[in-house]
Amino acid sequence: MAPGDTFVKLDGIRKTFGRFEALRSISLEVARGELMVFLGPSGCGKTTLLRIIAGLETQDTGTIVQDGRDISRLPAIRRDYGIVFQSYALFPNLTIFDNIAYGLVNRRQRREAIRARVDELLALVGLQTSGAKYPGQLSGGQQQRIALARALAPAPGLLLLDEPLSALDALERVRLRGEIRALQQRLGVTTIMVTHDQEEALSMADRIVVMNHGCIDQVGTPREIYELPATPFVADFIGKINVLAATAEGGGRFNVGGLSVAVARPDIAPGTAVKLYLRPEDVVVNVDGARAPGSNTVAGRIAKVEFLGAFCMVGLALDGSGAQRLVANVPRQQVDAGGFAPGAPVTVSLPPAAMRILG
Amino acid sequence: MATPAAVFASPAAAATVRPQVHWQDRLAQGLLLAGCLALALFLLAPLAAILVKSVEDRNGAFVGLLQFRDYFATPALSRSIWNTLWVALVVTAITVPLAFIYAYALTRSRMPGRTVFRVLALTPILAPSLLPAISFIQWFGNQGLLKVLLGGASVYGPIGIVISSVYATFPHALMIVLTALLLSDGRLYEAAESLRTPTWRKFFTITLPGAKYGLVSAAMVVFSYTVSDFGIPKLIGGQFNMLAVDVYKQVVGQQNFNKGAVVGLVLLLPVLVAFIVDWAMQGRLQAQFSARAVPYVPKPSRWFDAAMFAFCLVVTLLLLAVLGMAVWTSLIKFWPYDLSLSFRHYTFGLIDGGVFGAYVNSLKMAFATGLIGTMIVFAIAYLLEKTRGMAATKAAVRMLAAIPMGVPGMVLGLGYILFFNAPGNPLNFLYGTLTILVISTVVHYYTSSHLTAVTALKALDAEFESVSASLKVPFYKTFHRVTVPVCLPAILDIGRYLFVNAMVTISAVVFLYGPHTRLASIAVLDLDDAGDIGPAAAMATLIVVSSTLVCVLYALVTRVLLARTQAWRQPGAAP
Repeated sequence: MAPGDTFVKLDGIRKTFGRFEALRSISLEVARGELMVFLGPSGCGKTTLLRIIAGLETQDTGTIVQDGRDISRLPAIRRDYGIVFQSYALFPNLTIFDNIAYGLVNRRQRREAIRARVDELLALVGLQTSGAKYPGQLSGGQQQRIALARALAPAPGLLLLDEPLSALDALERVRLRGEIRALQQRLGVTTIMVTHDQEEALSMADRIVVMNHGCIDQVGTPREIYELPATPFVADFIGKINVLAATAEGGGRFNVGGLSVAVARPDIAPGTAVKLYLRPEDVVVNVDGARAPGSNTVAGRIAKVEFLGAFCMVGLALDGSGAQRLVANVPRQQVDAGGFAPGAPVTVSLPPAAMRILG
Repeated sequence: MATPAAVFASPAAAATVRPQVHWQDRLAQGLLLAGCLALALFLLAPLAAILVKSVEDRNGAFVGLLQFRDYFATPALSRSIWNTLWVALVVTAITVPLAFIYAYALTRSRMPGRTVFRVLALTPILAPSLLPAISFIQWFGNQGLLKVLLGGASVYGPIGIVISSVYATFPHALMIVLTALLLSDGRLYEAAESLRTPTWRKFFTITLPGAKYGLVSAAMVVFSYTVSDFGIPKLIGGQFNMLAVDVYKQVVGQQNFNKGAVVGLVLLLPVLVAFIVDWAMQGRLQAQFSARAVPYVPKPSRWFDAAMFAFCLVVTLLLLAVLGMAVWTSLIKFWPYDLSLSFRHYTFGLIDGGVFGAYVNSLKMAFATGLIGTMIVFAIAYLLEKTRGMAATKAAVRMLAAIPMGVPGMVLGLGYILFFNAPGNPLNFLYGTLTILVISTVVHYYTSSHLTAVTALKALDAEFESVSASLKVPFYKTFHRVTVPVCLPAILDIGRYLFVNAMVTISAVVFLYGPHTRLASIAVLDLDDAGDIGPAAAMATLIVVSSTLVCVLYALVTRVLLARTQAWRQPGAAP
């Protein structure tokens, strides 16, 4: 079968813990060879879903098909996957070599074959010389690489990663996520990763599944999720976003606290209360009264300027009865050019193409 | 709400998924169920037998609470309740403060010899409770060395019981209070210091509140130990009646099992109450412990350290004087007329006297208890903590594992007699065998062993079993390749604990031994009864020596083991 076929298919997965509904009828297809990320806040059911795919929890109802085989009722030990946990879960009393060989020894392979395979995996994760060491002698990032090697050793059809980077420090996390992604693409192993870190999800995933309260809110590529969020929750959870309360005036115009702006949604009936969503980096702020052509430009004042390194986060209060607030990301160079003092009058452009109406 | 291609509406009301159960899971579940049933059979059934017996007459007819009414109408019997309670309270009031100051000295001062003091203070654990009784008879008895100190009062009675019990309970209280003090967070003291808090205020606002639960827990343990103990009042109690001895008298002396059952239940009550209080406190003690606590490091202070040193020295010397007197008694020819040293109490008194076999029995029993008990305790704790499913059985096992601590040995032993000695019981053949002695001892000391195992298992990564399953490795393989090696220190600790207690125990087994399975501790009792205090002291000394050897062996093995496995036990070594 070619890459891109459905490799894992979930249909109607439900799971309750007592009265708590952890998962409400989840259906989903994971394509062969892709890296899919389950993203959501804690308690959204993403880890439960992963554990159900692994057979470590049992769904109340629903079916799981992996590579054409119905595995819904199979115990974990009869399924085909490798798994990496946040805690590494390396066996502390076994050497790195024995940890990686742990799943191979059981398959009655020849000793030389095992040695060759372990060496190959050690090379794959860049720790060729560590075979004789114990897990306690390695750094967190190194341990997680070994855990990855151990999971991949029996060449499973599916790789499951349960918050694999959450226990690492910030630098190590960024380095390892690039490595895992490169390794996954090289091996072409279908991978499901669970994380609550949106940056991790955006940078690693082929597709992201955004989950909330046991439901899937949206499935899409990182760009789709970021640029075309399907629900207010997705818009809010992935990146920062401004929310403006508005009333439809008809004909694609909306009233935001007395200011009239254009949004390409002529379908909404006049008088309907809506919420406008706009990313901070899409807001254009000018201190010299300039107007971006073809955009909604309104007047406002600077409330505060927060320096964040690459850019400044500028808090704005729009003029007009509503005095609605929004945040804009302004490049450092523009701020340095002057005029960005609290209280200064500005013109604020809200590009119609960047504004979304959700919910 | 957008509906991207991958999201499907699914048909509702699908059938509930019934997972296939792998034979390995079935095996684990079967073993856990077997463990649960064994605990029920060897713990619950005997206790139930006591309840049944207490509402029957000698012929087995139901008489309701008649036996109880009889009991409370007999002043000679019901006076024991008051006797037992006030003696236990006095012992608690003496032991706990002593243990607290001692523990305080060990943890909060920089006095020299802290390790030595700590080890010596724990020595009473190695001795049967009969040993302090023998020793105090030698010190303060009718022909005692220091009899004058009592000013005419007799050591046979409450005085002897109290001082012997203080000796026996001191290390138990010390260990609990020590743990509570060690768990305290050094940062609290640093914060207090930065606020210029005076020392006395630090003591009352940080140290004491921090040790509060530990102190209550220690008090409960001392109280129930004293209430439950049979050896001390039997040996040194004289005409002073205590509940534990009453049970023995009713059952062994008068063969009145029904009245024995009633006294057993009366004895059970205070211990059960103390146990429940202690259980609640243990929970809070653990909740109080924060994983990030920084250990407190005391600063040297000349006068304080000197005072603490003096206190510990006096206490330790007193403890050693008790042990020393027993050992000395076993080595002198004929108290108090011929004080020259010889081994005749060992050779003539024990070997030629035909009681040396009891010592051999004790060794056999203790080794079997240590070995089999450890395996059973650890296996059940493992199945409890590391397998999936069986929620109801697990809840039952957890409860069963907690109960033995709240059951005095005399009550457990009485239950065993009533249950296993019943003519209709198919397990009747167990009665009087070494097997039933081992089983009763494992059950008697189950709770602490179980908690040690559970603590060690909980410290392991929760996902080892999941990883094994994903690698298609059977659970029992991971159990023996990873779980057991990593938990080995705890496993050895359980083995030592069971061995030492099997050597010194007397309460449960005093009802259960047969002609060929008399134990060393029972021999001490019998020898003392016969007036052979020299051989009795010799036997008690043998018990202490054996327990000590096993503890030294344990320390050596643990040290070698830790040294060998240091590579993986000490993280942070340069990669």
